Amino acid sequence: MLELFTELTGNALLGMIINSLIPLVFVIPLALFFVWLERKVSAHMQDRLGPMITGSHGWLQTFADVLKLLQKEDIIPADADRKLFTIAPILVFAGSYAAFAAIPFSSAYIGSEIDMGIFYVVAVSGLVVAGILMAGWSSNNKYSLLGAMRSVAQIISYEIPTVLVILSIVVLAGTLNLLKISEMQTAYFWNWFIFGGPEPGLIKFLLIPFMFAGFLILYISSLAEVNRTPFDIPEAESELVAGYHTEYSGMKFAMFFLSEYANMFVVSAIVSAVFFGGYQSPFGYLGNSLGISWLVPIEQFFWFTAKGIFFVFVQMWLRWTLPRLRVDQLMAVCWKYLIPYSFVNLIIIAFLELYR
Amino acid sequence: MSIKTEHMVLNMGPQHPSTHGVLRLELELNGELIVNVKPHIGYLHRCFEKHAEAMTYPQIIPYTDRIDYLASISNNFGYAVTVEKLMGIQVPERVEYIRVIFGELQRIASHLVAIGTYGLDIGAFTPFLYCFRDREKILSLFEMTCGARLLYNYIWVGGLSHDIHPEFVRLTREFLNYFRPQVEEVNQLLSYNKIFIERTANIGILPAETAINFGMTGPNLRGSGVKFDLRRNDPYSIYDRFDFDIPVGDGRMGTVGDCWDRYFVRVLEIEQSIRIIEQALDQIPEGDVSSAIPKRIKPPVGSVYGRVENPRGELGYFLISDGGLNPFRLKVRGPSFVSLSVMGELCKGHLIADVIAILGSIDIVLGEVDR
Amino acid sequence: MKSSKEIFEILKDEFGDKILELKEDIPVDPYIIVTPDSTEKIARFLHDSSDLQFDSLMVLSGVDDNNPVKTKNEDGTESLSGGTLSVYYHLYSIPLNHKIVIRAVTEKENPMVQSVESVWKTADWHEREAFDMVGIRFENHPDLTRILLPYDWDESSFPLRKDYKNPEFYQGMKIPY
Repeated sequence: MLELFTELTGNALLGMIINSLIPLVFVIPLALFFVWLERKVSAHMQDRLGPMITGSHGWLQTFADVLKLLQKEDIIPADADRKLFTIAPILVFAGSYAAFAAIPFSSAYIGSEIDMGIFYVVAVSGLVVAGILMAGWSSNNKYSLLGAMRSVAQIISYEIPTVLVILSIVVLAGTLNLLKISEMQTAYFWNWFIFGGPEPGLIKFLLIPFMFAGFLILYISSLAEVNRTPFDIPEAESELVAGYHTEYSGMKFAMFFLSEYANMFVVSAIVSAVFFGGYQSPFGYLGNSLGISWLVPIEQFFWFTAKGIFFVFVQMWLRWTLPRLRVDQLMAVCWKYLIPYSFVNLIIIAFLELYR
Repeated sequence: MSIKTEHMVLNMGPQHPSTHGVLRLELELNGELIVNVKPHIGYLHRCFEKHAEAMTYPQIIPYTDRIDYLASISNNFGYAVTVEKLMGIQVPERVEYIRVIFGELQRIASHLVAIGTYGLDIGAFTPFLYCFRDREKILSLFEMTCGARLLYNYIWVGGLSHDIHPEFVRLTREFLNYFRPQVEEVNQLLSYNKIFIERTANIGILPAETAINFGMTGPNLRGSGVKFDLRRNDPYSIYDRFDFDIPVGDGRMGTVGDCWDRYFVRVLEIEQSIRIIEQALDQIPEGDVSSAIPKRIKPPVGSVYGRVENPRGELGYFLISDGGLNPFRLKVRGPSFVSLSVMGELCKGHLIADVIAILGSIDIVLGEVDR
Repeated sequence: MKSSKEIFEILKDEFGDKILELKEDIPVDPYIIVTPDSTEKIARFLHDSSDLQFDSLMVLSGVDDNNPVKTKNEDGTESLSGGTLSVYYHLYSIPLNHKIVIRAVTEKENPMVQSVESVWKTADWHEREAFDMVGIRFENHPDLTRILLPYDWDESSFPLRKDYKNPEFYQGMKIPY
């Protein structure tokens, strides 16, 4: 795609800029859509209607909200560390936006087809931690500080099971490149890694239970990484008011807010890329059977978005159903259960792969 | 080398999402561990007792509404019972039945708020709205009767401000039939949720002896396993005519007297209130509701302590009369005021998140704490 | 279950002249008047005695009795002084299901009553409230500070006293503003 843009504009730099702006065009409306979806999902789960006035079924509500946030006065507390306070939301948003660079939207578009794709996504998401810690520290507010400390402890802890599960997929796929991992799971849904991967045989069936276990671990820890209920301890409203972004308002707050929703999509995209075939359709492509080759990437993009939105929906579903864990219980879940299980899972999958 | 460390002081409130009003808790923290909790109250002090000394007896009733604004009818009830006790007024049967029905409906409404906001404190938002949805239906029943949804001024000394609406009995029955299964839904969603149990069981354990010594009453006392309910142990009005159970905490999920027990006693009490209302609806006689209202309320010289079972515990009015038109002294014993004093005792050694769980489980209304 | 009369007899036997009087002639609750310097001992006895078992202090109220002594000044004007403040203890026994009201009367000039906080923990806040509103000082109370009023409220101003006058200024702000 980069070459295409370079050719079109005749300038390598311009091509690069356009190439990197595509996810932004995708991410911001998507984040706004998720905010709206969250409100609608929660409303319907709670016997309410949610936003109904602005646009049909309130679809313009989040646009209105963002416009409002843009116009708001930008308040920086007197005793805050001004530099860090300003950088923090940018860093958080940059972290979640940078992750989109290595996520394949379809076979035709991936921001950067680097060979360490998934490793890069996990690593660059770690940038969010720095941003959160900055926000908590610079706000000069005890609630923010507690929230930031909790958040950092939580995200770092939960990265371990995430990485271990991803590693088990890497063992099967033999590559870190997300495009290649997605490409492997082509054709029908039984080629997805959740059903044991593309290679047929007895091993494939033996792998299925461990794949499901891996998926559950990955999904749970991804919930924790994006601070969603039941792991929304860093911003636990009833305890820490709003955690690390208590002191933020206006556009800075909006950046935290949008990056949270963008992050939700990132982790959902990873889950779907490694276990559910990424952008692959579960049952072949209309474009292939009709012989219209340009339809295929569009269909792929549809499936990719649909899977992502489905997993985001499940996150919302959980959020509006479950109470919140306590901070020590959260750590116990990670260190006492998820990490040992994911280790065992990894070892078993590696053995099965070895004797394939 | 030893590093010098000091405890962090965190002011929780007066503006904080889960202090249930304007309460300030001064937390002394060691990391996230609570070393000491000191509640500071009085932010909502409205001089009820001073006001009462300057007003006639009927004028005080609207002020009693505002003591515990989530259970206004129960406050009216307690005040009316106290003044009637001092004056020796016998109220008509119909009035007694209506009072009981309203008192119990109010108890359900108040417990729904308690359960819902407790879920909110623990992080579950949805049960809160389910509870409020059903509470709205009860408030509509009240609105139909006396025109108000929150502060009713309904129970007067010697009678009621209005008779019930002709449709009231039918609609109340309809509501109860609708409402019964809803309790089960809340149980499935919240009470038996694994995370909820993890958060509340074995947290903030209040042994029976301590509870009595701290003067805890109502669901907080029953949560500690003490089978004590004023409706049964010191009956007022016509509560001795009804058949109902007194649920007590049994330590089903942890230890007797923990947060889960206190919470669950409220859920079970809703069931018992429904039973009382159903019996009262069956037995309610015809009659006049205002025949016993005195023209002029002028109690004899004397003093009386009247107490009723409010949704939050024992609501007591200590009334001294000097024979005039105004009370000489009217002291209110708010259950929340007493319950809140146990916070410091309960919180020691827990985490910040547990402070919220404990505060929610003792279910205070700051309007009543500060009066 | 014991009547007020029986409880009065028991207390009279135990404490003698510390127990002053049983007031039964006015409605509705009879009460026992005791001296303020021995409330803690009496409370301890009421709480621990196996015949009485008053394990629950329902409410503790401070009351201004509004009985100042009128004195004629030399120039013919009248001035009020003295009078008493009372503390009412409403006690209840959950196991035995009986009640009693104890009243301790103290001088308004120097209102001092023994604290019963060590017997019933619930008295802690009630006594603070009585101090806050009526100005009764409780001996041996661990933390006798304002509770409902602000901590910086005028030290000698107690709103529920009958001779209370609205202050003109609060922290330099005029009332009513």
